[in-house]
Amino acid sequence: MATTRILEWLGRLYILLLLAFLYLPIIIMALMSFNVSPFYQLPFEWTTEWYASLWQNDQLIAATWNSVEIAVITTVICVVLGSAASLALYRYEFRGKKFLQALLFPPIAIPWLITGTAMLIFFFGVGIGRGLHAILLGHVALALPYVIVVVSARLQTFAPELEEAARSLGANQWQVTRRVTLPWIMPGVIAGGLFAFAVSFDQFVVSYFLATPGQTTLPVEIYAAIRKGFTPEINAVSTIIIVVSMALMLLTARFFKFGGEK
Amino acid sequence: MAGVQVSNVSRSFGAHKALDDVSIDFADGGFYALLGPSGSGKTTLLRQIAGFDFPDSGRIAIGGESVERVPVEKRRIGMVFQNYALFPNMSVADNVAFGLSVRGEAKAVIATEVQRALALVQLGKLGGRRPHQLSGGQRQRVALARAIVTKPRVLLLDEPLGALDKALRVDMQIELKRIQREIGITTIFVTHDQEEALTMSDRIGILRDGRLVQEGPPEEIYNRPKSEFAATFLGDANIFRGDTTGNGIRLADGTAIAAGAGATLAAGAKASCAVRPERIRIATDAGAPDGNANILKGQVSKRIFAGNNSTYFVERAGQTLKVIVQNTGMERLAEGQDVVLRWSPESTVLIAAN
Repeated sequence: MATTRILEWLGRLYILLLLAFLYLPIIIMALMSFNVSPFYQLPFEWTTEWYASLWQNDQLIAATWNSVEIAVITTVICVVLGSAASLALYRYEFRGKKFLQALLFPPIAIPWLITGTAMLIFFFGVGIGRGLHAILLGHVALALPYVIVVVSARLQTFAPELEEAARSLGANQWQVTRRVTLPWIMPGVIAGGLFAFAVSFDQFVVSYFLATPGQTTLPVEIYAAIRKGFTPEINAVSTIIIVVSMALMLLTARFFKFGGEK
Repeated sequence: MAGVQVSNVSRSFGAHKALDDVSIDFADGGFYALLGPSGSGKTTLLRQIAGFDFPDSGRIAIGGESVERVPVEKRRIGMVFQNYALFPNMSVADNVAFGLSVRGEAKAVIATEVQRALALVQLGKLGGRRPHQLSGGQRQRVALARAIVTKPRVLLLDEPLGALDKALRVDMQIELKRIQREIGITTIFVTHDQEEALTMSDRIGILRDGRLVQEGPPEEIYNRPKSEFAATFLGDANIFRGDTTGNGIRLADGTAIAAGAGATLAAGAKASCAVRPERIRIATDAGAPDGNANILKGQVSKRIFAGNNSTYFVERAGQTLKVIVQNTGMERLAEGQDVVLRWSPESTVLIAAN
């Protein structure tokens, strides 16, 4: 009895430590975004000054919008292309299919620093150059394998007889895909889309290589700002982003069970 | 409704001949079973008729119209799959409505037809459920309703009862047969279960290694099998092998077996005789002499009690014979006992050696 209780207690402590490890730095940062002192000094004095001055920081706001825009476009492109590619890999047998599928994994494993350098040199060579369009192109290339891997994993649980049944009832290829296959893989598509969004929105390395001085994304802008001298505005913008992205995640988790049986 | 004609259809996958020059005429409104062991080509044949796969050569006609190059979605067939293949993201009613809906029927028409189809399979009140909330038998009925609501020309069933337990399977056999009679649809039914084929179908086609072995009404195939394979695959049979004598065979030890049915063969050729286990009478003595009955002596090696009947295994000249006896309260024969087996030539079928 006593042992069970001790184990239970240790289990709770473990969970608590885990959560602290994950969330404490974030919580402190969020708190400090409301602290008067810009140098993390205590006692804590409440202020929304940093949020107000953030509102005035056009550069940071512009970079935030760039990031959101690029992440959204990257997500849309990757979800459409990635789902289509996954369906093609699922449905058709062709020469070199296994090789092609194997080729999807290295980009996930190759350090972004190397991918970024390679992209910079390549884009420069072929005349794409640098700028937001180059960043977008880079992000799509980085995020696409994630979507294909996640959607393909979901498709592995799809019963091919469902497509056959739909066809036997007179449905054409488009009707089969839209009404039978897509609803089944939707949790995978959503999960893949979230991955794509996260890869793009969090992306620093590749964006850093491909950004031009005036036109940049939020992570690159934050990095530049920290180098110039830390301001609590960074805390403020980070807090906003954390709240928004956590809300998004919780919403999605509420409506979809990833990979689960419906 | 329409009949289906399969003429000289062949289909190979690489070096494997899945179908080898198969021809069958499925009559309009008939209930037809395609029976065979796994790998015999029965499912391949069904998929050719459905249009999921096209034959390398040969012709398939539905209602007189050549369809061998028409894809499945344009063939107007109804199909029930082994695992039902119900759409998990749709309600029962939406599953049944699918075929009408992709065809662009009006909402009101769809609602009426779906309700009628669900009533036919006795699931009128379950339209709002999801497939995962149904029992196996109910899913089976939904799959059937979905397949027939579009008024297909032919209904194809791929081992539809395979996933059900025994008691439910018997219920569904009766139910399926009732529905088929009610709408009068040509039905082709793939199974490896011989009992199912015997009880449900008007005609049976037995396939083996991509070839049609024999085809005809269940009783005809059961009573007059044309090959050892047909005799042993559809029901149980004791097979004797020897040389033909004109009206039977002579075994290696000289014993003659008289056959009253089957092939007419030139004397001296290799041939077999098949006799069903339930046609043999088993006794401890020879009894009254009977002019033309086949009589063999043997020894009981094993008895298996199965409720209403018992199976005796009788050893005779290195061969084990099966005899099935109804348990009518007669004395049971002990293992090791010497017995006399007796059956009439009319119960014996002469088969050419394969």
